[in-house]
Amino acid sequence: MTSTITLPPKPPALKAESKALDFYYGSFKALKAVSMPVYEHSVTALIGPSGCGKSTYLRCFNRMHDLYPGNRYDGSIELYPDQVNLLHSSVDPIEVRMRVSMVFQKPNPFPKSIFENVAYGLRVRGEKSRSFLEEKVESALKAAALWDEVRDRLDEVAVNLSGGQQQRLCIARSLATDPEILLFDEPTSALDPIATGSIEELIGEIKGKVTILIVTHNMQQAARVSDYTAYMYLGELIEYGPTGDIFMKPKRKETEDYITGRFG
Amino acid sequence: MTDKHLSSQFDAELSGISTRVLEMGGLVEAQVAQAIYALTNFSGETASQVLAQEERVNQMEIEVDRDLSTIIARRQPTARDLRLLTAISKTIANLERAGDEAARIARTVQRLVNAGVSSRMRLPVADVSVEADLALASLRKALDAFARLDVDSALEVIKDDNRIDREFEGMMRKLITYMMEDPRTISASIDLVFVAKAIERVGDHAKNLAEQIIYIVKGTDVRHNPIAAIEQMVR
Repeated sequence: MTSTITLPPKPPALKAESKALDFYYGSFKALKAVSMPVYEHSVTALIGPSGCGKSTYLRCFNRMHDLYPGNRYDGSIELYPDQVNLLHSSVDPIEVRMRVSMVFQKPNPFPKSIFENVAYGLRVRGEKSRSFLEEKVESALKAAALWDEVRDRLDEVAVNLSGGQQQRLCIARSLATDPEILLFDEPTSALDPIATGSIEELIGEIKGKVTILIVTHNMQQAARVSDYTAYMYLGELIEYGPTGDIFMKPKRKETEDYITGRFG
Repeated sequence: MTDKHLSSQFDAELSGISTRVLEMGGLVEAQVAQAIYALTNFSGETASQVLAQEERVNQMEIEVDRDLSTIIARRQPTARDLRLLTAISKTIANLERAGDEAARIARTVQRLVNAGVSSRMRLPVADVSVEADLALASLRKALDAFARLDVDSALEVIKDDNRIDREFEGMMRKLITYMMEDPRTISASIDLVFVAKAIERVGDHAKNLAEQIIYIVKGTDVRHNPIAAIEQMVR
């Protein structure tokens, strides 16, 4: 009888896996041989002190680092089931971002209407059918738990929404293109506790549709929303496991020191 | 807990609450020892002192419980800090019950003394004290192990519980013999049966405490397992 863990009864299928992933900002090695699974329809939280590489790791998943010169990946991130290496030079980063979408720390709605914000990705993809767009926008807003609040003002500018609503709008915008993985980079650090609560609730609801990776500085948030937790330090993956285990009985002393506030 | 939190206030709260648990444990240990003394010496006065202590032990349980809730609400502890606090919650309940057993013994002593029972009746009170010494030693060792978070000592306490149980069974057989041989001792012997049972329960509480120590240190819940399995789990 070991400690009970909140693992789903059957281990879910792999959605992605990083293998010996190194990442360099110029000559600075920011990730050191990070190998980690990402399970389908589950939430994986990345925790660790500032500068530990958790955001760097997250951004590898949608090739964000490609936007700046001098950045270099080594190793691979395989996306399942087709086992394509997201980082391979033959893979188009735009294609990657269609499959792996990102929600940022500060809500960043476009200076457009609510409707056009959500429809944006589909339009970029070349979708023109108004009825199809309307259908997709509605279902994305519903999935992001925003539909009831904005259904009567879809043509209003999105920046007039509250912070929490804007963040849910950004989630709806990400969901509209049916991504396979959704990346959250500190999605609630700019929100009040009520808006934070609604985003966390939402994460629990949409994980049935997408696989989620979330970077958070709030350890209690990681404990609340995630199924698996990875602790990183100085670019290395120190420990990975079911969230219940990490927070009740971590295997590594470094992990325990960090989550109990002994880090220093 | 040797290494420190970033928050020294949190450290102070944790060490403070651990100290209170040990204080409460010391009080209960003294209560049990006094109850046994009262029994072997048929001292109604000592029995009264044991009963007077009960109020304090109960009060400490309430205070430690309140502090636990406050720490959990304010610090949101995790991992070994959380294990320490949940273990303390169970430990103080066990200590309070061990204190209840001491009070039970004390009340029995008062009843025996009031009924005019004395050492002249040659009841096997000395045998009770053999069992009591074992139980007291276990309680003391469990508290020491808690103070030092010592898994090896905790394991010994769990092992020793079998000896206390065997001692209790031996005591039962002996008391039955007394009752059969001299029916005038039946009433007092039945009282001693309950005393022996109370002592055996003190041993059980010490064992529960020991199991919690293993949980704090190893994160492994060893309750309701035979000793061989526990040793396996702890290794």
